[in-house]
Formats: sequence, C-alpha cells, structure tokens
Amino acid sequence: MSTENREACSPPSGRAAMEKELPKQFQDYRNVWVFIELEHGQVHPVSIELLGEGRKLADKLGVHLAGVVIGPPGGQGTANAIADAFAYGADLSYLVESPLLAHYRNEPFTKALTDLVLANKPEILLLGATTLGRDLAGSVATTLKTGLTADCTELNVDSDGSLAATRPTFGGSLLCTIYTLKCRPQMATVRPSVMAMPQRVNNPTGSIIRHELKMREEEIATKVLAFFSDGDSNTANLAYADVVVAGGLGLGAVQNLQLLKDLARTIGGDFGCSRPLVQKGWMPVDRQIGQTGNTIRPKLYIAAGISGAVQHRVGVEGADLIVAINTDPNAPIFDFAHLGVVADAISFLPALTEVFTKRLERRNFEKFAQ
Amino acid sequence: MHFVVCIKQVPDSAQIRVHPVTNTIMRQGVPTIINPHDLAALEEALKLCDTYGGEVTVVTMGPKMAEDALRKALTFGAHRAVLLTDRHFAGSDTLATSFALAQAIAEIGDTFATPDVVFTGKQTIDGDTAQVGPGIAKRLDLQQLTYVAKILSIDAASREITVERRAEGGSQILRTRLPCLVTMLDGADAIRRGRLDDALRAARTKVVKWSAADAGIAEPANCGLRGSPTVVKRVFAPTSREQKARQIDTTNKPLCEIAGDLIAAIFADQPALKHDLGFLGSTGQQGAPDVDRES
Repeated sequence: MSTENREACSPPSGRAAMEKELPKQFQDYRNVWVFIELEHGQVHPVSIELLGEGRKLADKLGVHLAGVVIGPPGGQGTANAIADAFAYGADLSYLVESPLLAHYRNEPFTKALTDLVLANKPEILLLGATTLGRDLAGSVATTLKTGLTADCTELNVDSDGSLAATRPTFGGSLLCTIYTLKCRPQMATVRPSVMAMPQRVNNPTGSIIRHELKMREEEIATKVLAFFSDGDSNTANLAYADVVVAGGLGLGAVQNLQLLKDLARTIGGDFGCSRPLVQKGWMPVDRQIGQTGNTIRPKLYIAAGISGAVQHRVGVEGADLIVAINTDPNAPIFDFAHLGVVADAISFLPALTEVFTKRLERRNFEKFAQ
Repeated sequence: MHFVVCIKQVPDSAQIRVHPVTNTIMRQGVPTIINPHDLAALEEALKLCDTYGGEVTVVTMGPKMAEDALRKALTFGAHRAVLLTDRHFAGSDTLATSFALAQAIAEIGDTFATPDVVFTGKQTIDGDTAQVGPGIAKRLDLQQLTYVAKILSIDAASREITVERRAEGGSQILRTRLPCLVTMLDGADAIRRGRLDDALRAARTKVVKWSAADAGIAEPANCGLRGSPTVVKRVFAPTSREQKARQIDTTNKPLCEIAGDLIAAIFADQPALKHDLGFLGSTGQQGAPDVDRES
C-alpha cells in the first residue's frame, strides 16, 4: 500500500522497528506470482517486465515463480500468455479460463485471482500498474485484507525474506521502502516500462495448473456493452516508444508544439510533454511524461524547454540517452541529462529538425545511388 | 439521487521541497489544496445533480484543518460535508483509509440518505496509489467503475448506470447497477465557480464532524497505523547522477552547426541509434538494438 494519508513519511516508525513475526496462518505462503495481463489477446509488455523482476525475487528466496493467466477459453490469448510466462522465467503457470472472463470486469477477475491466492498461497503477488492492474489489485488486496504497494520502482527481498517495495512519494521528491509485515501475499504494482525487459529463456517449459471460476454470469452485475479500440488512432503509447521528443513551458506558446511534432516525425519518434503543458490544456494527459504521467524508457529522449522537476525526472530516468535543451544553464534537467544544449528550444528545434532532415535526405540519396 | 464524493486535502505538490539534509518534507508555508483529481469527481457529481436532481455530500478523512477543503467544496455547490477526524486515524495506509471511509459512508447512508453513487478522483497527487476507491467499493459491496471518462446515463427506475471507462488499449462501455463507486478521470470541464446562493448556503452550512466512534467504528484497531498492513520502513532522497550533462559548445556558432554537433554527440554516445533512426545506408554498420523491446 503506501503513503495515502500517511502524514508522517519520516524515518522508520515505531511499528516498522517491531518484530516481524508472521501470523501462523500465513507461514506456509510460498512462491512469487506475476499476474499476466492480456489486452485483447495480447500479453501486456509490463507483465514480461514483471516476470524478469519476479524471477530475481524467486531466485533470492529459493522459491518458484508462477505466471497467473486469467482469460476466456479457446482463443490464442491465454495460450500465448502461458507460453510467454515460461519463456520469460516462470516455473509454473496458473490458468483460469471461462467465457465470463472474455472482457475485463472487476467482479469475475477479482473472484478468479482471490480464489487462486487462497487455494495456492503465494507470498508475493505482482501486477502491472495499468488501468486493469490497478483496478484488480485494489479489489484483491482489500478482499484479502493485505498490503499493496503501488507503482514500485524497485523490488527486493531483505535478509528475512520480506518484500522490500520501493516507490516514489510526494511526486518523486522522495523514495520510500514499504513492507507488508503481518499479511500475505505481499502485493505490489509496477508501472509499464519502469523495469527492463528480461531475456527470453531457451527451451522453456513448466507445469500448468488449472482452476475453475466458481461464478455464473447471473451473479455479475456489470456488463460490457461495447469496446472501442484505440487501434491506429493517435492515442499515445509513449511507454514503449524508442524515440521520444517532449516539450515544456520553454516552448512558450501552444503553436510551438508543432516544432516538437516536426522533430518527432523527422526522426520517427513520438512526442509528449511535461505536466504544466497538460495543466494548460495544450496536450492530453496520455502524452504527459513523469511521475503522474507516462514512465518512458526510450533509446533517445529529447527534452525541449523542460526544467526537469523531480516529478519529470522520475519518469525519464530509464532512457538510454537524455538530451536536454534549455535556456537556463542551471535548470535541474542538466543534472540528469547526458547531453545538454543551452539554447532557446523555440529557435533550436527547427535547426535540429533541419539538420536531421538534410542528413536523412543525403543518406537516402546515397542508398538510392548504390 | 444521493451522490457522495470523497475528497482529500493534499499539499500542493508543485510547491513541495525536501530538506537537503534530513530528507523530510518541508511543509512550512506549503499551501494545501483539494486533490485536483477529486475536483473532477465533484464536478461530475454536481452535473448529475443538475440533470437528475438530488444532493451531493462531500466527505474527507483528515486532521481538523481538512475542514477548509470541505468548506471550499460547499462553495462549489456541495450540499453537505462530513469531516472524519480522530487521532485513531493517524498513519493510515490505503487499506485502513478505505476502511474508515467505508464506515463513514455507511453512516452517512444511515444518517442522511443511502448513496446511489460514491465518487473518488482517479488518484491523489500526494499518494498516487489509486487504491482507496477500489477499497471502498469492495468494503461496501458497491459495483466498481474505475477510470470513468464519462457517465453516459443513469436510469433511476431500473437503478442502472452506463459509463465509458478508459481501459488498456481502448474504451469500455459498461452498464451496472446502483449503488456503485466511480473513480473519475479528469474531464473536460473544470470545477464550476459556485453561484452566489451556493456561497451563502455554504456559509450557513455546518460541517458535520465525526470521530471514529461517531462513524460507527467500534474497533479502532482497524484504523490508522494499527489497521495498516503496510509499514514505511525507510524514506530517502533519490540518488543524484554523479555526472552532469555534457554541454554542447554553443558560443558564437550558428544554430545549424550546434545542431550538427549535437547529432554527432548523440550518435557517438549511442551508435545503434544511427540504425534506429534510419541514418545508416546499406554500407553502414548495423547497430544491434540493445534490448528486445516488444511494443
């Protein structure tokens, strides 16, 4: 869980220093579970990232890693999810298949996951902090009356085997490490792209344990009337873009967003912005980069006119290369960028786009000439 | 219809500073605001009131000073405000918070009117967990509708609500029964400026103040630090990168030359990008992507 209402987010509290003896009914909870999220038949990349983290935790604890797959029967979705679970390190998989699970709905998914936990007793349960994962994790944790730590940026086990879940707090100004001492499973969510993608395992295999969903359609109040896929619409998927160009208040005026888009288009990247531009209504919230927006891990990130508040920094630190353009040589962004240009983004962006374009044209011409 | 909106008074995070030595939040002089996402929920509840009639009750759990947030909500047009305040609530994590709020909402139902829709914002800006809403729904056995972009309709006769929910990769249209809990995404409409009669009514309205016992909580062990399964063990500042950004020399150079230098520096640092960005001809060296990134 976290710092919701926890006014005193200060050095270790009295309770944290207390003995961590686990109540008897939880002492036989073992193994690490990762919920494999299916998004219309596709495995969400965050689940693969979590399998990588889950594998590390399971190895440290000397226990098994299990992938948990919940979905409709028949289709390729659950089969792919199980294959991916094994391919990225799971020793076994739990599978709940039912026509009731065709679309995500809170009630049947909560029932499926809660029943699985009660029957098989994992000590750690990880989910992606997606709209689905957060909706599900909150319900499952409340049903089980256990601790849930949201949006972790680091997961570890300490010497006595407890999960140490670290997350940013106060908009990323501080980090705090949170424990679930007397309940099991210890639950945590992690946002997409926060953890690195693990390597595939060779010749993966493992056992599949099937469970039934003990529920009937008549028991479920919520019905899905329709689903409108974002498809090819221009909704952003910044979390998985290889190249991202973003702007901040230094762009000065809303029409200068075009400079950003021009550069992004030239180098085949996606574009986003810092929080103030969303607050001004210049860009939709799904393009916000930072602690409360998207966490990104591109190969190249160019920040134009962004000062680099902590809340922004938290969302971009995973980038391989951060380039900052800012008029203020003392802007905090230069503390964590790799390359800096002290310049006015409004005049520098078009120059950068122009030079990139020329080089691309030259390269294409050479290719053509060969 | 009775709409209950849960709000939270939060420090304005844009103005938070961390003490460089002690790593504690410097609260002095940091103004408090109503969590901005909760205002989206409040505005939606007020709009539903305009359409379907009824009342809006705002409720918060917090210290005595959280009354200011409730007073503000009254001036926007809320009809009633309940402050849940008790030292037993101190140190609550999300599970303990959802317990206390669920108890208070049940008590609001008994004392005033049964809620048809309970609202929260999508998350708070200080905790960012998005867990309290689902927690309340589960505890009160309300249908749970998170990340709602739009409430399409409420059918008072059949007791059904239809909403558009933001889901991964698209939008779901969901229909469920009342009562339900909605966590509301920030909408197109900013919170209204209350009318003059709202301000006058707010000035006359007394904020209802409840202790844990008043909210029907017999066992304070479920509240606050004692009722919280999670424990914050360590708080620390993010480690700063040792090296600052390498600055591209900009003195007395035309912008295009600076841009050229920057591009050269980018490719020197990350040679694989030449390939990724399409800068490599067929004679060039193929830069291997460093990770298998499935997008």
